[in-house]
Amino acid sequence: MDVKKFVIKQISVFSENRPGRLAAIAHALGEENVNILAFSIAEANGFGVVRALVDQPEKAYKKLSSIGFNVAFTDVIAVHMQDRPGGLYEIAKMLGDANINIEYSYAYSGKEGAVLILRVDQVVDAIEKISKSGATLIESSVFH
Amino acid sequence: MRCWDPRIEELPTAELKQMQYKLLKSLVYRLFSFSPFYHDRMKEQNVHPDDIRELSDVRKLPFMFKRDLRDSYPDKIFTATQEDLVRYHVSSGTTGKPTVVGYTQNDLNSWTTSLARALTSIGLGRGDVIQVSYGYGLFTGGLGLHYGAERIGATVLPTSVGNTERQIELMQDLGSTAIACTPSYLLHMGEVAEKMGLSIKKDTRLRAGILGAEPWTERMRKRIEEWLGIKAFDIYGTSELSGPMFTECSEQLGFHVWSDLALTEIIDPKTGERVAPGEKGELTVTILQKEALPMIRYRIGDITSIDEDICPCGRTHPRVQRIQGRVDDMLIIRGINVFPSQVEYALMAIPEVGQHFQIVVDRKGALDDMLVRVELTKESFSDKITDLMIIRDRIEHKLRNALNVNANVELVEPGSLPRYEGKSKKVLDRRSL
Repeated sequence: MDVKKFVIKQISVFSENRPGRLAAIAHALGEENVNILAFSIAEANGFGVVRALVDQPEKAYKKLSSIGFNVAFTDVIAVHMQDRPGGLYEIAKMLGDANINIEYSYAYSGKEGAVLILRVDQVVDAIEKISKSGATLIESSVFH
Repeated sequence: MRCWDPRIEELPTAELKQMQYKLLKSLVYRLFSFSPFYHDRMKEQNVHPDDIRELSDVRKLPFMFKRDLRDSYPDKIFTATQEDLVRYHVSSGTTGKPTVVGYTQNDLNSWTTSLARALTSIGLGRGDVIQVSYGYGLFTGGLGLHYGAERIGATVLPTSVGNTERQIELMQDLGSTAIACTPSYLLHMGEVAEKMGLSIKKDTRLRAGILGAEPWTERMRKRIEEWLGIKAFDIYGTSELSGPMFTECSEQLGFHVWSDLALTEIIDPKTGERVAPGEKGELTVTILQKEALPMIRYRIGDITSIDEDICPCGRTHPRVQRIQGRVDDMLIIRGINVFPSQVEYALMAIPEVGQHFQIVVDRKGALDDMLVRVELTKESFSDKITDLMIIRDRIEHKLRNALNVNANVELVEPGSLPRYEGKSKKVLDRRSL
């Protein structure tokens, strides 16, 4: 199995925790015609990290760097969940049983069902386990 | 050329001291007779010119402070008439009201000579292009370096401050081999050059920086030297002494203070007594050959020490060590003395943060609260919050060890802290006491 096609490039942006920073990021991406497909904010004391799946990660990286943001790419995976009670449990339990740690995660529920974005400590193992279990991984080409 | 004036620069120490004694004696006689200000001060201190019988008797003389200059604004203590003056400079007044300095032609000559010796001692001369990026005008930096550089036969590029991109273009096109500016401005230029797609190290002929007008550290020197591919030399002076006067020689072991021009002492700022040789204290300077605005035991407020040993370069003149802080820069946080230079020194050992920082002091209840804001570098940004928290905790730990007082650290976005083209203001003290 070609695991690479399931590895998705997420952009992570360092941001100070003060009014207007998310707007600055969103405005820059809008200007470049970059579409945000999913995002989350993690916050710590005084700063935060904005994580986003976008349709054109390279373009987003270049634009945000050029206006002074610290930006990094992070490998994540995306899994289709059953959009019903217990849907999340099935995925989470499978990874837990395989001793794969979820560092962070966020989800969205759209027209084509519910999707869970996962940052795990062992990407390749996670991709293999999930595909064997019968759950559907989403290829990176769906996003960008 | 190794020395601008080897006859003076390599004069044996004993002869130098003899020369200083004679100059001091005639200065004191002149001021006692012709300066009402010094006459009164010496009377108050109960000292007469006849009491100066050897060089160390300088300690009998009264001190002079910055406030004396402010109180005599604009020219009450000048000892030359306006007709004999050829120039004025006015200090920037970052720490109070401005002060005015007047110069006779001889005063300008001494100043220029001092810098001609200094620039020669770092290996500059005919054939060099010296870019002067200190401000021209009332500030002494620009014009001072300008005259010194012309005197040694170098080509001056008088860019003054500002318009950084154009400065970098000219540096490249005209082949500047040396630049005189503040260390923080040179770092700023390095950043701007990179944004322009240029490397000062690879794309310019720059090989020396003459850096001063604000405190900086040995670690900052290493960073500048490695990043920009130049040798960075410390320059020292204040407008009251004429302007930038002294630099390190190529040995980089402290700046040579020309003994025929200035007599330096290190004193305890609290007691006014001289400290033991080599110990740290407040730099006090007597300018031996100044006509318009003489200075006897002037307390500049800079904290440093003096090395009197003969320099490996062969010059016999004492070397004042890097300035470690200012008496009036000193912050008192919960009763502990903190110098911004200590913070800078501690931060330089942490690769995850950039060279810019800001100290914010507040009072929370009865307690002082110190916050140090630092920029996270591109290389050390991690998507993991826990990694970032570890970096912040490590910086807090380092600062606590260095300062003996707790400081909170805030990680900020790169480029978000203010950059200064002149003297940088790294402290924001919001305590209302």
